[in-house]
Parts: sequence; structure tokens; C-alpha cells
Amino acid sequence: MSAPISLAPGGSASRVSAKSGLEAATERTRQPIVTGTSVLGIKYKDGVMLAADTLCSYGSMAKYKDARRLAKVNDATLLGAGGEYSDFQSITDLLRRNALEDKCTADSLYEEDVNEECAKEVWNYLRAVMYNRRNKMNPLWNDLVVAGFSQPAFGEASEENKPFLGLVDKIGTTYEDDVIATGFGSYLAIPILREKHRPDLEEGEARALLEDCMRVLFYRDCRALNRIQIAKVTKEDGVLISDPYEIETSWDSASFVEPKGQLEGDGGW
Amino acid sequence: FFFHGHRRSTKLPARCGVSVATMSGALSHQHQPYEAMDHGIGQAHGQAHTGKSAETSNLRPTELSSGTTILAIPFPGGVVMGADSRVSTGTYVANRTSDKIAQLHDTIWCCRSGSASDTQALTDYVKHYLGQLAVETGRSPTVKVAAHLMRKLCYENKDNLLAGVIVGGWDAVDGGSVYNIPLGGSCIKMPFAVGGSGSTFIYGLLDSEFRPGMSREEAHDLVKLAISHAMARDGSSGGIIRTVVVTEEGNAREYVPGDQLPFGP
Repeated sequence: MSAPISLAPGGSASRVSAKSGLEAATERTRQPIVTGTSVLGIKYKDGVMLAADTLCSYGSMAKYKDARRLAKVNDATLLGAGGEYSDFQSITDLLRRNALEDKCTADSLYEEDVNEECAKEVWNYLRAVMYNRRNKMNPLWNDLVVAGFSQPAFGEASEENKPFLGLVDKIGTTYEDDVIATGFGSYLAIPILREKHRPDLEEGEARALLEDCMRVLFYRDCRALNRIQIAKVTKEDGVLISDPYEIETSWDSASFVEPKGQLEGDGGW
Repeated sequence: FFFHGHRRSTKLPARCGVSVATMSGALSHQHQPYEAMDHGIGQAHGQAHTGKSAETSNLRPTELSSGTTILAIPFPGGVVMGADSRVSTGTYVANRTSDKIAQLHDTIWCCRSGSASDTQALTDYVKHYLGQLAVETGRSPTVKVAAHLMRKLCYENKDNLLAGVIVGGWDAVDGGSVYNIPLGGSCIKMPFAVGGSGSTFIYGLLDSEFRPGMSREEAHDLVKLAISHAMARDGSSGGIIRTVVVTEEGNAREYVPGDQLPFGP
């Protein structure tokens, strides 16, 4: 007899299941249902910038065309996710709950004195969360991109808040780099980003580079949309996420104009 | 595409409109979103064709489905919630007079699709919690709170539920608003929301007819028109159209009999 539904994390699965350990575990790896596609990130002169489109697909259907896949975690950290949207919402809730708890249990109630988690700490924490779920054969089905600044390591100069950009995937793999992309972006956008990236990119150049990559992804990823959001983390302005906007696309190359399917031609495809 | 007992070939021509890499049922015990499935392709993987449709193959043998069309469209001052009235077990219409629009609180309602039992249980839980919250805080809960409560239940129990819900209503903070909670437990605020197996047939109609800021009458007419079109094409939707117009003043329930539909059957 199945247990009644419950608000507790893990729901009725949090109660002791009739099946023991390994059997129960192998049943639980789910498939994602509502999914987002690529997220891109680059470090630039003033900080870090992320881009993602606003589409969440329901299988092959483009169902939610205004889903926000970039989220502010605190004034120094930005999170972007591809994969299952409900798991991303759950992760965002978790991180915001933690931030609120930190704020309420801080030594002082004044905002300037609060020691917020920096992006690198969030990244490490998410690694633990994702790896833990993977060990239970019940992953949070997301590829997460964490962007922001990292507080200086012990011994470094204290003004040295370095820009930070890292990835955590659904099985807890982590890495950091100057350019990051998930999903299709890792195949199509990374080569472009690696070619064009410089650490002293201006904000406008960084944004143009990301838009170019999003355009390529719209052309070549079946699950992408041309409506995107750009977000940045900088020292002066903290976290800023743009409103969604449409990127331009080009449809005038010869292959569109001159169809190749005619009898005399090669038949096209 | 009828595959009897042998594995689906992966060599589909590139021109073919069917996407090969959809919700692959690699783990055969998983629920699949039955509303938007590519019919036929999803059924293979070594199983004989049992005569069950894509929508009902995930249900337990005697489980009821609200294979359904549900729709909610907000307008300034409130929301119009609409649904058909058919509940099916396999191909039999178990109930042709069902009420899929459930009241969660004074001016908060939800449209139910998926397993009838799962959504009834969810509705009861959320109704209970919202009532409790209203007593504790001394004021009416907002639609956002109701939607997220529903989301929490759907998300934390996602392995055991087959429920797609639309939560809509009026509150003093946001006016009329609509939240879609599909399988898996995401919660997404939408300008309008449609769900259930019949929804696939009316996305085109809604995309072309919906405009933000429609008046109460326009929204009500569009709800009735769209659901008629869905009922005309979806075997799992039918009967009458039930609507509830939710505003600050209260709720106005209406129904359109099956012989007076704006379109069809």
C-alpha cells in the first residue's frame, strides 16, 4: 500500500519503502519532463556574463516560452540551469533559503556586515548536493552554471575578489573556466567562445559574443528559442538580469533563396 | 508506425518530421507526459502493441484518467477557468458529467488533468492547507501561495503522481493570475494556461486568438471556443464545457451543453 502524499522533501519516498536499498534505488532515476537547453557563460573585463534562452520544452514541444532560467542567488552570485525545470526551481529555493538563514543568523543585522556566500562557495555546495543525489540514484537533473566572484583564499590580498565561473552537472562533476557552456552549447558555442574570448572584453563585446553563440544555437538546436536573457555580475552593480528580448536571425543566404530540390540539381536534402 | 515486438529502428531519415530523441522511455517504468507524446513512436521498446493509447498506457489497469482539456485565461479583474467534462477508463467514458474545476479557496480555483484520483487527493490537501493558512494569517491566501503549495506537493511526490494542474484565481495583490503546474512539479506563471490531452489540438488556435488584456467577455468566449475545438478532435475530451469566472466579487459557474458548443463536435 503506497504512503499518502506528503509535503516533506522526497515526499512519500522519504518514508521507509517496502523495497530495500538497492532495489528501491534503481527505480528512482527519473527522466526530465520540462527541460531547458543550453546556458552560456564568459568572464569579461568587469565580471562574468551569462546567457540563456527563455524556453522550457515539454518533450519536443516548445511549451513555456517565457521561462526564466537565470536566477539571482545573492548579490554576488548568479545561477543558470539547463535540464529539468522543477529541479532548478527546487535548487533555487534551497539556495535562497540558505541565504536567508545566513542573513538571519549573522552577527549583525546590517547588510554591509553580512558575509554572503561567494559564488565559489555556492559552486562547492552545489557539488555536494548534486553528488549526494547521484549517490542515491535520484539525481537533480540539471546542468548548473554558477557565476560571480570568489572571495580571496587565505593569504591573498583582500581586495582580490576574482571573477568566478564554474559548472556543476547532474552527477556532481565540477570544473571552472573562463568560458562555460551546457547542453548543445558545449558542442557549438564553446569553440566560438574559446576563439573569441579575451579577459579584457568590454561589456558590449562580451554581450555581442554571447548573442552570436545564442544565434548559432537557435539555428542548430531543435530545442532553442530566439528569445534570450543576458545576466551579469559585476563588483559595482552586483547581479543584473536583463528582461527577455529577441535576437536577430538571418535568412537570406543562397541556400534559402535557391532551393536545391529540383530534378536537375543534386536532389538536395 | 506500428512496431510489434521488435526494437524501434534508429535509422529514421533526417527529413522525417518526427523527432527521434524525444522523451525516450529507456526506463520502462517511468511515467511519460501523455499529452504531448509522439503517438506510436513512444510505445515501442520491445513491447507488443496492447491497444492502449499514448495517454492511457501509463495508468494502472483500472485507474481513471481525466484525459482532458483544461484552460484558464486571466482578464483585468479576474480569471476564466474552463474544462470539459469527460472522465475515461481506457476507451470507456466513466463519467460524462465530471467537474474538473475544483475550488481551493474563496477566489482560488484549480483545473485538474491526469489521473483523477491523484488530482482529487492533491486538491483536497491544498484546500486543507490553504484553509489552515487563512485562519493562521487572518487573510485570504494569494493565488501564488496556492500555486506553490500545489507545486510542492507535485514536486516532492513526483515519482508517484500523474497530475497536470492549472491554478488560477483572483487576489488583491496580483489581480487575476494563472499558474501552470505540469508533470514533474515545475510551477510557471503564464499569460494563459492550457493543459490536458486535448490541449495539443488548440495551441495553434490559442496562439492566434489570444491577446493580453482581453476583457471578461472576450476571455470567456475564447475559453468556450477553444475547448470546443479540442473536444472536437480529442477522443479523451468531451461532454459539456464547464466554466468558472472568478472575480473579487465571487465566482460565476456556467456550463455549455454538448449540443450548444461554439464549434463541433
